[in-house]
Amino acid sequence: MSEVLVVAELSDGSVRKTTHSAITAARKINALTGGSFSILVIGAAPAKSAAQELAGFGAARILVCSDASLGNYLAERFAPVVAAQAKGFDVIVGTASSYGKDLLPRVAARLDAAYATDISDILNEGGALTFKRPMFAGNAYGFATLATPQQVVSVRQSEFEAAEATGGQSPLAEVPVAAPGAAAQRVQFVSLDQVKSERPELAEAKVVVSGGRALKDQFFQVIEPLADALGAAIGASRAACDAGYAPGDFQVGQTGKVVAPDLYVAIGISGAIQHIAGMKSSKVIVAINKDAEAPIFQLADYGLVADLFQAVPELTTALKARKK
Amino acid sequence: MKILVALKRVADPDNANKVRIVAGGERVDTGNLEWKLNPFDEYALEAALRLSEDGKAPKQRLGEVVAVTLGPKEVETNLRSALATGADRAIRIEAEDDKLDGRLVALALKKVVEQEKPDLILMGKQAVDGDSNQVGQILAELLDYPMATFAATIEEEAQGLKVSREVDGGVAVLRLGFPAVVTVDLRIVSPTSVYSAKTDRAFKYNEGVRFAPLPAIMAAKKKKLDVVPLASLVPDSGLRTHYRKFAPPPERKAGARVANVGELVNKLANEAKVI
Repeated sequence: MSEVLVVAELSDGSVRKTTHSAITAARKINALTGGSFSILVIGAAPAKSAAQELAGFGAARILVCSDASLGNYLAERFAPVVAAQAKGFDVIVGTASSYGKDLLPRVAARLDAAYATDISDILNEGGALTFKRPMFAGNAYGFATLATPQQVVSVRQSEFEAAEATGGQSPLAEVPVAAPGAAAQRVQFVSLDQVKSERPELAEAKVVVSGGRALKDQFFQVIEPLADALGAAIGASRAACDAGYAPGDFQVGQTGKVVAPDLYVAIGISGAIQHIAGMKSSKVIVAINKDAEAPIFQLADYGLVADLFQAVPELTTALKARKK
Repeated sequence: MKILVALKRVADPDNANKVRIVAGGERVDTGNLEWKLNPFDEYALEAALRLSEDGKAPKQRLGEVVAVTLGPKEVETNLRSALATGADRAIRIEAEDDKLDGRLVALALKKVVEQEKPDLILMGKQAVDGDSNQVGQILAELLDYPMATFAATIEEEAQGLKVSREVDGGVAVLRLGFPAVVTVDLRIVSPTSVYSAKTDRAFKYNEGVRFAPLPAIMAAKKKKLDVVPLASLVPDSGLRTHYRKFAPPPERKAGARVANVGELVNKLANEAKVI
């Protein structure tokens, strides 16, 4: 029996879809070992309405910690809340988003629990929950067990389908703010600048178009029309981000976002190990590159050796023509 | 400012596709790969040096940078290179590479922090071998220190640091009071990413990390390097994370080349059925 606590993630007062992947992981743990799961929602006043969004997913309880001091996320304030509510739970599950990766190790430390990052699967090996996780830029999978009474994991969103609502109405319970430690006295939230985009989120998109350094300062000029034609999210190689052609949070790869869309289109990306680690689970991979020897062609389902400045506009036009 | 920089050596990340899973899957063999400093930790060292100097006169040290790592005798090579790059002294915690987990490393670093009392602890956001991304956060919690993970810029202010963080969909900015923990992302080594209180805000660094000139490599041999056994810092050095086995990722075969855009569109529509 494993009682599981899902740590929800909010953005602008609404539930982020990352939370639904964490719910899927919680259901999987329950399916393997029995038990139930509950969900913890933390934030300012909108946390209560966000909690309502999660009422139909089959949670035993939804715990809501809503307080003005929790309006802007700070690990120093959120970790004490999660740790206080973790009592009675065996596994604490969140997502390996920038939020979960920041928060969950602090929670684990507070609980003296072991923590597994970015897990891609959960198994029951002889009664022990075993967490499969990619290592060495995805070139090996490790199967880890955590030898502490409580366990904390963050799940890789692309490997756990977003949970669907199952109906019902989970009971909501308001829980108190936990007193933060000295750390919270020395940290101050200044600002959060988020780029508002009509595009799907990179980690959730069905189609991703990524550009590499070869695009130079024409990155958006070339990539955006193609992404529009495909209804795609835009990603980039580390080299393109490093060079300043694309913003940092566009980075797909080992140390950026991990994506697994139905279609991944790599434009002018050579296919460094670090990049491949972030996209090789995509169902169909297309590569367009003028270098016929580029490593990306070794895993692309469809490779086109061509000058991207000609081929990409041509592809964009052809896709638009098909839509009509 | 006194800064502790935590470093880890990793199997050459540029050849990570050459790691071998030993038959039976009981371990990952990286013996065919060179040891390198974790790139994100190299960036942390660069950030530490920038924070403890005036960018215009880097030869004059304005603070102290202490490099620390855990590992066998051979990791002293990596510590010496950190000393040559500019760290003032180094500490090696005697340990075996594969008998460590994130919790144990954080517990050991906590003891070093208690002894050294730095204003700031810097390290990479993750080591690119285990990809666990946890030591900085765990250390901050064990010490009850504030933290900023995934830092893209750090600016020293009168009372602490202003740090911008790379987060999903944008940038979050925090102010931290000392002592604090900061883990760095790759843009921390951009020309205008890090400013000490002394460095003119108009100053621009060279892109990337600095390299040690030859005289510094010689001088680094004389810098202080202390060795501390892990057990003297953490008496119970048992692991809590156990890797039971390892497996290779599924192979992905190269598909077909298409001759032109027309053929590509045709295949995507009629063969892959994704458009």
